[in-house]
Amino acid sequence: MSQNTSVFSNLSEYLIGVLFGLGLIISGMTNPAKILAFLDIAGVWDPSLIFVMGGAVLVGLIAFYLAKNRTQSFLGSVMHIPTRRDIDRPLIIGSALFGVGWGLAGFCPGPALVSLGSGELKALVFVVAMLGGMLLFDFLGQKK
Amino acid sequence: MTIDWISFTPGPALLGGILLGIAAALYILFNGRILGISGIVGGLLQAKKPDWLWRLSFTFGLLTAALWATYVFDIQVKAVIDADYVTLIIAGLLVGFGARYGSGCTSGHGICGLSRLSPRSLLATMTFMGCGFLMVYVVRHLV
Repeated sequence: MSQNTSVFSNLSEYLIGVLFGLGLIISGMTNPAKILAFLDIAGVWDPSLIFVMGGAVLVGLIAFYLAKNRTQSFLGSVMHIPTRRDIDRPLIIGSALFGVGWGLAGFCPGPALVSLGSGELKALVFVVAMLGGMLLFDFLGQKK
Repeated sequence: MTIDWISFTPGPALLGGILLGIAAALYILFNGRILGISGIVGGLLQAKKPDWLWRLSFTFGLLTAALWATYVFDIQVKAVIDADYVTLIIAGLLVGFGARYGSGCTSGHGICGLSRLSPRSLLATMTFMGCGFLMVYVVRHLV
């Protein structure tokens, strides 16, 4: 990749990060109270998250259909599209642990980072612990 | 089931969701990558990898999104965080570890995976949503 594409691709990384963050803010997903209100089906339920996922997947379906047969991206980089289709134990256990943590505080990685950027001290605490959890995973993975 | 009509915001939710979809679309088409936050950020912690710059560029975008919202678009960033610090630490550890172990989170599996019609991501999404529902039920209605 030439120097120019590298500048463009990093600018693109940054701007898409901002756009994704704005999407989270506008949809209300950076507010843990709103996430927990969605997860609380037995209480007074806020179904907003379904509309967030619906809107995102609607656009995503078209994009990934277009991306499927491409050999390189518009900026000339390699396409990194996952190919695994097997269902294994780490997928289930990992997702279950993730769900428990998500239900405890109402934060998942994206919204927590955006919230940290808005100066929330509690989001900082969550993000540090989250990075700790990721490091723990890498550490345990290396020992095997 | 009682719906909270006062808090329910289908308009902004759909608009924000479409923006998330557009971001994921641009990411795969321009940068050739799956927009999965835990994967992008998690890779930053692996010092041996030489590909930290693009990861950092993206993460910096997420971290500065609130500034763009406040100062450029005049959108208020609202967050009500009821969890105490101990809960936040336990939740953070579970979310970080679980996302890496399960190869993705709400963005990678939830948005991109479902859009790719990936069976792995569908199962992952159903699992973490199910556990999220269960956890909130236990905390709010059983304990």
